[in-house]
Amino acid sequence: MARLPDLALPENPQLVANLVHFARALRKAGLPIGPGRVLDATRAVAAAGFTEKRDFYWTLHACFVSRPEHRETFAQVFRLFWRDPRYLEHMMSLLLPSLQGVQEERAAEAAEKRAAEALIDGAEPPPAPPQQEEETEVEIDASGTASGVEALRTLDFEQMSAAELARARAMLSRLALPVAPLGSRRSQAAVRGRRPDWPRTLRAAARRGGEVERFARRRPRTRWPDLVALCDISGSMSVYSRVMLHFLHTVASQQGAGWARVHAFTFGTRLTNVTRHLRGRDVDVALAAAGAEAQDWQGGTRIGGCLRAFNRDWARRVLGPGATVVLITDGLDRDDPALLAAEMERLHLSARRLIWVNPLLRWDGFAPRAAGIRAMLPHVDCLRAGHSLATLEDLAGALSSARDAGEKPRLLAAMRAAEG
Amino acid sequence: MQDITSIDAVERMLAAQGYVADRALATITFLALRLGRPLFLEGAAGVGKTEIAKVLATGLGRRLIRLQCYEGLDAASAVCEWNFAAQMIAIRAAEAAGTTDPEHLRHELFSDAFLISRPLLEAMRPQPGGPPVLLIDELDRTDEPFEAFLLEALSDFQVTVPEIGTIRAEAPPIVVLTSNRTREVHDALKRRCLYHWVDYPAFEREMAILAARAPEASEQLSREVVAFVQRLRGEDLFKKPGVAETIDWARCLLALDVIALSPEVISDTLGAILKYQDDIQRIEGATAKRLLDEVRRELGAA
Repeated sequence: MARLPDLALPENPQLVANLVHFARALRKAGLPIGPGRVLDATRAVAAAGFTEKRDFYWTLHACFVSRPEHRETFAQVFRLFWRDPRYLEHMMSLLLPSLQGVQEERAAEAAEKRAAEALIDGAEPPPAPPQQEEETEVEIDASGTASGVEALRTLDFEQMSAAELARARAMLSRLALPVAPLGSRRSQAAVRGRRPDWPRTLRAAARRGGEVERFARRRPRTRWPDLVALCDISGSMSVYSRVMLHFLHTVASQQGAGWARVHAFTFGTRLTNVTRHLRGRDVDVALAAAGAEAQDWQGGTRIGGCLRAFNRDWARRVLGPGATVVLITDGLDRDDPALLAAEMERLHLSARRLIWVNPLLRWDGFAPRAAGIRAMLPHVDCLRAGHSLATLEDLAGALSSARDAGEKPRLLAAMRAAEG
Repeated sequence: MQDITSIDAVERMLAAQGYVADRALATITFLALRLGRPLFLEGAAGVGKTEIAKVLATGLGRRLIRLQCYEGLDAASAVCEWNFAAQMIAIRAAEAAGTTDPEHLRHELFSDAFLISRPLLEAMRPQPGGPPVLLIDELDRTDEPFEAFLLEALSDFQVTVPEIGTIRAEAPPIVVLTSNRTREVHDALKRRCLYHWVDYPAFEREMAILAARAPEASEQLSREVVAFVQRLRGEDLFKKPGVAETIDWARCLLALDVIALSPEVISDTLGAILKYQDDIQRIEGATAKRLLDEVRRELGAA
């Protein structure tokens, strides 16, 4: 088969115009579609012909869809766009209640609604309700004396006033997590490397008329690991989880500061991926978006079930080679401890390092008595407190050292002693 | 050469090789062949992503060139490598002969004679029977730098070797990329391909696949096997069994001379369909029996 001649664009200008409109509708529905893909689609339709609707569907599907989660949106937009214009009008009337004054009609499915929204130009979605953030006093000059800062460092987040919390957040956003690079399988040229670099040696030799003056060498390149954070947002954790999300935003937005990728999940009664929201530059907007996405703020906790959901749906996708997992929870679980232990074990097997941050460690007499904590403790590499700025700084240290086990040995010994 | 002028023809060609494709996959395969675009297949393990490249190669009478991806895959193992030992000998020989003209030597050393070509370069070169089928398998196993490197190869069908220059394919190879989606492949690469998500097949199609791949199995056994595996996919499992597992399992049962499923047989051969200890524990025993009873009832009613 020789290189195929460029296929002429279809004669029918109406079809091309419709395809362009269709692509715009898809773009509005959230599919990343550039003009190049529209051009591809017209060529593909010309090649596949216009015989059957089914084929037409799969032809456009091949050109416009590039992620499994886009399939449903595509199906809905396709159905609305290529079938019945009157239905579209109907959807419009649903979406513009102010013009029609009728709202009851029938409830549209989520994807259908999104598809219809995308098809109607200029129909703005209703504005989001204003954010109910607590009054935060922004102190621009950090006038706190050294001892004031020191006191703030060790103060429990739960005992801070709103103003102190705001200052703590400002300090938090300057806190960095040092990362230890991992060895990679790739290599790079180096003066003192251990492996010989034959291509470079030979190229140099060829330039000098075949004389090998010295061997060029290579050494293994390093790469940065991924960080995955699982943050408990149930009622017992509310203050800490807000601060931790703030902390995670800091880590996620420090581009090029170490971590290759930062994924963040929240869980209470169900698991929510908030990675995308944490990419927003403004921390308050990012946290508000993450909060809106997670529906179960301050509800109960089902750690076992949520970890199961993570293991099944996300672990294979986000726990690439060498990812470190930070699990932020108090471990007070209502699920079956056996399930929790099994899921913790699986998580531990698939993560390079599993670090548990537990604010309950702030109590001096803390002992692992709750069933959830006893189930989780044996399966973590490291256990750390995370209730104050000082302990978060310690956490930073724990992340960069591979051997640090934090409070785990002490508590595990206490647990064994209580059992024995 | 096979006839690939319509979607039906592609469907027939795949079927003749024992690959039962649904209409969506046939359409996208036809488009990939017709438009000369790479085919990007994503889906769970064992749903027949790799198989389609093999089938295309046999069906069209082309050579299959496979590039298996792994972490740290680099240009030396994907495009080409120089034969250093031979180059060193050539240098010594040139010294002995007294020819030390650097320009001549360089020309000599970096010629085709010392070049070991790897899959990508091989795919750009003319092959007997026409442009080859290039299978880039499990792309998600490699890292992002390699993906970026692939962009040139896949959009312009050319590779660059620093010492020689750019090598361009006279006729573009048929490229099939597969991914198990253990991580998201970059959009820049996907944009250059035709994308398809390969799903688990429905009952009828899986029956057809089993009939094509394990024809020795009786109708009765096939129905039970397929219905059981389909039920199993509805269970809460860490790794759902793919089509490859269905075929494997049917062959295992044939080797054991099993005529119909029983809870004991299922427990003994569960390792052929479930590959995680947690999953096996969950299904073994009572659950397997319950599923089998459901399957029997359903098949009996049908």
